[in-house]
Amino acid sequence: MSMEAAGWRPKSLLPKEDGAQATLLFVIAVLAFLASLAAIGAIASERAAEGWRDQLIGSATVLVRASGLESADAAAARAAETLAGVRGVAEARALDKSKGDALVARFIGPDPLPADLPVPRLVAVDFASANPASVADLRRALEADGLDATVEDHSLWTAQIMRTGALARWAAIGLFLLISGAAGALVAFATRQGLDARRDLVEILHLSGASDSFIARLFQTRFARMAALAGAGGGAAAALAAAGLHLYGKGQSVAAIMPVAWTDLTATLPCPIIAALIAAVTARVTAQAVLKNAP
Amino acid sequence: MPISTLMSRNPSAESHQNDPSGDSAAVRFAGVSMAYGREAPVLRDVSFSLAPGSFHFITGASGSGKTTVLKLIYMAERPTGGRIELFGQDLTSLPRNARPAVRRRIGVVFQEFRLLEHLSAFDNAALAPRIAGRKPASYSADVAELLGWVGLGSRMQALPNALSGGEKQRLAIARAVVNQPDILLADEPTGNVDAAIAQRILRLLSELNRLGTTVLIASHDEDLVARSGVPVLHLSEGGVTRFERGRERVA
Repeated sequence: MSMEAAGWRPKSLLPKEDGAQATLLFVIAVLAFLASLAAIGAIASERAAEGWRDQLIGSATVLVRASGLESADAAAARAAETLAGVRGVAEARALDKSKGDALVARFIGPDPLPADLPVPRLVAVDFASANPASVADLRRALEADGLDATVEDHSLWTAQIMRTGALARWAAIGLFLLISGAAGALVAFATRQGLDARRDLVEILHLSGASDSFIARLFQTRFARMAALAGAGGGAAAALAAAGLHLYGKGQSVAAIMPVAWTDLTATLPCPIIAALIAAVTARVTAQAVLKNAP
Repeated sequence: MPISTLMSRNPSAESHQNDPSGDSAAVRFAGVSMAYGREAPVLRDVSFSLAPGSFHFITGASGSGKTTVLKLIYMAERPTGGRIELFGQDLTSLPRNARPAVRRRIGVVFQEFRLLEHLSAFDNAALAPRIAGRKPASYSADVAELLGWVGLGSRMQALPNALSGGEKQRLAIARAVVNQPDILLADEPTGNVDAAIAQRILRLLSELNRLGTTVLIASHDEDLVARSGVPVLHLSEGGVTRFERGRERVA
């Protein structure tokens, strides 16, 4: 056997990538970056919504007003004592007057309030984790003790927050699907272009006995590899961006709606595989459809 | 090409060439017509048959349909009418998924070589077995041997654009025969080379035919055809007008 034959390894039947394919690689990397950010955003939004829901479900706020000769501070202290005795309440505490003032300041401005203005006091209630008390239980207890108080029903907010969380999640999923579709369309376009540009090569392969499947596999492999590379690049860039957001938010959140955690960065790991799968399937289906009309 | 294997074939050309029924024909055209789009027909009601292991030239003026006949056989085109058989298989009704297997029985030498410019001579010659799904170790030695046989033993790693016209032609022939095709179709295989190389190529093709491969060559080189002394199908005005040497059936 000659030296050439002994050391021979078949070269790719498709020519090396040209400039157009480098552009395609860049665009897929950008799409992978956006898709990864969408995935991280979905996870972070989900976590934020869950956190808020837990906080709202686990607590209640009671507005206590002065009644008769009893001062607001005294009424608040009595309300806290009453509520602490309700079954299913872990803790009830009267908040400092400034908390109530802060609530009113939102509507009338930061100037000091007149001393005789009947500003209600706040009582914060933490429910027991097992068998928590209901809002109705609190109201009954306050009424029984003759307190002029209003219990804020957090469940209304809980539903809204959960709806907002679900909306953010579905928006992220929709965005992810849209980006995946765009990447698929891009690969389909590139596959058609590639087949058209290499019509002569395709014909030689066909006439040499290659099946449509054999030729489609060449394009499938080419684009899958390219997409995997682009996906890795885009995913890594998204992970860096998310890490930046995490550090910028000092481990809490860059905004309340998106508390990025280190574990969220793992969402970028499947990016190369997903990108490769989308490209492989799209390239194969497109190539098979185009080749069906070849001689 | 497994030259040693090919050499062990039992040449049977002569036994088929006079097959009167044509039932075992390598190629059979029955009332074949062919037109490109709305153009005037290139072929009109063409009928002929070629015996397995035979060697033929197909001649005619430019535009007479020589290349079209070859294209119809290797299924680059479909006839607008009639029936074409290759080794008894009807090509006109062949399902698409059955074409690759039939094409692997055909070796084609194109007029413009149509080598893959990004691949070395070795990779070009190894194309057919690679497409057939064989492992490189099972055919790389055969490819090297074949390239040596066509005089390209020292040019295996060269890219096609570094080869001369004659070298390209011989590489195209090597690519066409590497998988031991049952039939070799060559379109003007001597059209781009000088007389000496043309003779050498013709000897190469004759040798392949002697070893059992059916050969059909399209050529407008009347001198070369005359000197070869092999049967000739002459195409004129869209049909086969004569078979010289009278050994084949003409419908």
